[in-house]
Amino acid sequence: MGHQDVLNRLTEVFQELSDEDDVVLVDVTTADDVPGWDSVFHVKFIIAIEQAFKVRFAASEINAANNVGELAAMIEGKLTHA
Amino acid sequence: MSNSFLDLPWLPVAPEDFRSRIRSVSPDAQDAGPKIQRLAGYKLSVGQSRSLSKTINALRAANASLAPLSPFRLAVLSNATTDLVADHLPAAAARHGIDLELVLPDYDQVMQEALDPDSHVNAAKPDAVLLAVDYRWLQLERVALTGQAEQIIDQALERIQAVMEGIKAGCGAAVLLQTVPVPSAALFGSYDRAVTGTVRTLIEAVNLRIVKLAKETSSFIVDIAALAERVGTDAWFDPVRYFAFKLAFSPDCDLAYADVVGRVLGSIRGKARKCLVLDLDNTVWGGVIGDDGMEGIKVGQGSPVGEAFLAIQRLALELKGRGIILAVSSKNTDSVAREPFRDHPEMLLREADIAVFQANWLDKPSNLESIARTLNIGIDSLVFLDDNGAERAQVREALPMVGVPELPEDPSLYPWYLLAAGYFEAVSFSEEDSVRASSYAADAFRAEVMQKSRDLGDYLASLDMKITYANFTPTGRQRIAQLVNKSNQFNLTTRRYTEADVKGFEESEKTFTLQVRLEDKFGDFGMIGVIVGQPAEGEDVPTWEIDTWLMSCRVLGRKVEEAMLGKIVAAAQAKGIAKLLGVYIPTAKNSMVKDHYKKLGFTLRSEEADGRAEYLLDVGEFKPQNLPMTVNDQTTELLMA
Repeated sequence: MGHQDVLNRLTEVFQELSDEDDVVLVDVTTADDVPGWDSVFHVKFIIAIEQAFKVRFAASEINAANNVGELAAMIEGKLTHA
Repeated sequence: MSNSFLDLPWLPVAPEDFRSRIRSVSPDAQDAGPKIQRLAGYKLSVGQSRSLSKTINALRAANASLAPLSPFRLAVLSNATTDLVADHLPAAAARHGIDLELVLPDYDQVMQEALDPDSHVNAAKPDAVLLAVDYRWLQLERVALTGQAEQIIDQALERIQAVMEGIKAGCGAAVLLQTVPVPSAALFGSYDRAVTGTVRTLIEAVNLRIVKLAKETSSFIVDIAALAERVGTDAWFDPVRYFAFKLAFSPDCDLAYADVVGRVLGSIRGKARKCLVLDLDNTVWGGVIGDDGMEGIKVGQGSPVGEAFLAIQRLALELKGRGIILAVSSKNTDSVAREPFRDHPEMLLREADIAVFQANWLDKPSNLESIARTLNIGIDSLVFLDDNGAERAQVREALPMVGVPELPEDPSLYPWYLLAAGYFEAVSFSEEDSVRASSYAADAFRAEVMQKSRDLGDYLASLDMKITYANFTPTGRQRIAQLVNKSNQFNLTTRRYTEADVKGFEESEKTFTLQVRLEDKFGDFGMIGVIVGQPAEGEDVPTWEIDTWLMSCRVLGRKVEEAMLGKIVAAAQAKGIAKLLGVYIPTAKNSMVKDHYKKLGFTLRSEEADGRAEYLLDVGEFKPQNLPMTVNDQTTELLMA
């Protein structure tokens, strides 16, 4: 799965969870850019990502990504090492 | 097919167009409730379950009627993050007949929400509060090896009791208490069980006390310890997600957890199933009786398959022993199908265990309808067990209200599937439950006597009926609450009350309460009628409004309602009451009592467009009838007068 594939899948997971079909996640997107991406949503989103990609984040990784690009890179790393 | 509880494998796979089916449920549709319940009956992914819950919430926001789902407002008090599981509870509750509205306070506000009478939870006036706390909140996470164990156990219970008292004072809601899973952190290994004060021994002691407390306070038990045990505590506890997100358990268990809560809510509202309908060939025995014959079918000790079918029969008998009615629906010739029940030496099930035996060549839905009609129970009270996927699909299509579990290839797993599905979830159990299934068999004999009798009067007189009246009593409380929540057909107002409410009526000076029992020469029906009368306001003379009048359909046509009215009138006269106000509130199921009050001689006072009607009876003008039964009156109104 390439970087853009991961971004696309992340967008799908995001849209399904939030019912915001217009939001498209790109590398520079941060939580602050998206209305409704609060701390509760963040928990749901991380768990939904784990379930969708069948990966697990370590405690140290939960808040490590500064934007969607870094999050996608983290997932890619897990997928290639799986 | 797996038998992992987390997969809910007894549910049929959701159709491809699930999403568009959800979207097609419109708020103004008459059948939004049945549609939602049907969609909730599929095995859902996390995403599908979340979408369905959102749809249910949106329908409620649009004031849509979700009948026949029973509305239930549940507050969840938890020391952990509940937002994830909250996305699944409405869907799971709908599966079990409940239109669930959640009240979710802020994170970790258990004590504050309970004790502050103006809190979010208390102000919301929920029907019930789920106390979803874990061992951390109960302060059982650390070993107590230096003689503090008893104190720590007491303190855990005191915390729970403090919450319960706060809720009782703040909003009077019923409470659902969870048992507490034991984390797999044995400090001493196997020897943990032998050391006083280990986390395991502390939690296990607390669980025993929680169950005792629930019984003493008429609270409900949600056995989360058993859920964690069956899925495995290593799968249940999730330290990473706890530290990161304060999730009390792994989100992979959310759907299973929601279903377990949903089935308890369903049972509280009387939605649990009452009757197990068994297919025969390859469901109760291996092989086809019509082809293989008595010697060919597999049932009995000595072969793995034969023993597997014995296990199914044993489970059916155990269910019967706790009051579940057994019936048979099989595509067979009647005499051929009955032969193993009569003459096969290894069979555990016998003809007398089966209340209704339908062996014919009709389609299964017709047979299921006929079984429900014969037993005088709703079709939604049935569970249908059949190894044949095509038959299951046909029944689900024609009668979506019937519980139809998927079954795996191997009959060894049938009992697991049937029990895991939670159709017969109970919130109480009394001795009366255990004899009820047998008494359905006695009904068959009564029907025979009816055929032999020349007229109804002779028939009723020949039954030697004895009717017993009493006001509500502590011993009757559980059964009264059960009847109040389960009776749908002969129920004038269909008002549902918890055991705590029933206790309130029992203790209220102003309220007239009546529990009625009936027996005849064939057996004891147990409690078959309940009445609650309240002083009516705004009437010109002292009047009792009959808040609740319900009766078991099994005693219809025996003049029991006439007898009950006579009893109400006598009590009313003793209390100086001049009029009785009878109310009929129509539901989808109670049309049989539409003219109940008219038949009893009441006069119609008003009728509304929705069919709700009020009737009056002047107690002075009531003329008692000569009724074909002897009376044992244990009520107190006449004594006090």
